[in-house]
Amino acid sequence: MLEANDLACLKGDRLLFRGLSRRMASGEMLRIAGPNGVGKTSLLRILCGLAMPEYGNVVWKGKDTRRDREHFHRELLYLGHSAAQNDLLTPLENLRFACDASGDAPAEADCVAALERIGLGAQIDLPARVLSQGQRRRVGLARLFLSSSRPLWVLDEPFTALDVAAVADLAATLSRHCEAGGVVILTTHQDAPFDKPPAVLDLAEVAC
Amino acid sequence: MNSLLGPFLAVLRRDLMLAWRGRADVLVTLAFFVVVVCLFPFGVGPETNQLRAIAPGVLWVAALLSTLLSLHRLFAQDHIDGTLEQLLLSPEPTPLWVTAKVMAHWIVTGLPLVIAAPGLALLFDVEQGALGVLTLSLALGTPILALLGAVGAALTLGLRGGGVLLALLVLPLFVPVLIFGAGAVDAHLGGTGADAHLLLLAGGLLGALALTPFACAAALRIAVE
Repeated sequence: MLEANDLACLKGDRLLFRGLSRRMASGEMLRIAGPNGVGKTSLLRILCGLAMPEYGNVVWKGKDTRRDREHFHRELLYLGHSAAQNDLLTPLENLRFACDASGDAPAEADCVAALERIGLGAQIDLPARVLSQGQRRRVGLARLFLSSSRPLWVLDEPFTALDVAAVADLAATLSRHCEAGGVVILTTHQDAPFDKPPAVLDLAEVAC
Repeated sequence: MNSLLGPFLAVLRRDLMLAWRGRADVLVTLAFFVVVVCLFPFGVGPETNQLRAIAPGVLWVAALLSTLLSLHRLFAQDHIDGTLEQLLLSPEPTPLWVTAKVMAHWIVTGLPLVIAAPGLALLFDVEQGALGVLTLSLALGTPILALLGAVGAALTLGLRGGGVLLALLVLPLFVPVLIFGAGAVDAHLGGTGADAHLLLLAGGLLGALALTPFACAAALRIAVE
């Protein structure tokens, strides 16, 4: 489904990696590995179309993602480093806005259910500024439950700041998405308890 | 169509809600406008004829400066907390929600100025008949300032010292708006009628509305890269 062809990434005047090619089929989970600063986040941003590769292209279902941006972004869910939460809004408002802005428009009851499922049932009406780091991340992750129709999930360090139970729960959610035919690409430094360990792409091998 | 309007309305609603929750920030812009306008009579002296002559220019320059004061806030918070990235990944066209953001920004920072302007104009003893023209010129002109300013705000997003650079970048672009805006009142008082000035402002507004969201979208893509 997803093809990365001969990608090269330039940060400032430093070439981070080049000649990176990879094909991913439906149902596959890929973990991007490598030490800090090797370009994991840069690679994810290139795959999403937030950044341009210096060379090469990304193909989704046979079409160059730059040519067919609208369709590609309809099928993509990207959760980055920052949780994309505004301090003045409540988790429910933040979640609803994130969904509405990306064109999903779920019902309010579904959003409440997603927040309860991720363990924020008691914090639904609190402003985001009083939430802890882990709780903020959970609000972002609640979108996963509302985005099962989007086949491609790209997650940057999704396990950061989560407690043990939440990590296990998230790992199970990701595995289920793959079983349903989705594609998951993630970076993590933690050993997450996946039933089936994901394929690993070590960026150190293509680093310059 | 419904799906196109979805993100537009979501952004508009959210930004208005955020402005309401952070009311103090909004009041600062209006207070700045009022204070700057009120300073002029102290500086120039209480000569009525003189005050009447400079009133349109003073109100317009003050409106322009208070617009500038709030511009850097337009995308800054969303850039820091990652919302901007998520918006750029929205399948809907970027210029659409950029327009919603600028519109919310104008409703919150520009509209209060337009409403306050006639009252402040009375301080300068501006003729009653000219108050309508002044308000109309501001109502047509301040959205242009917001739209042009949004391009500047997007271009300077995340830069060190972006605030000063933003001022240098957009102030020259504001000059034609200032000329026709303040000129409208003068033309009305001079007896030639303000129609030409107001039509030019309206044309400028439509032009800015059509073009700046695309420039803004391109600048935002560069800013997050």
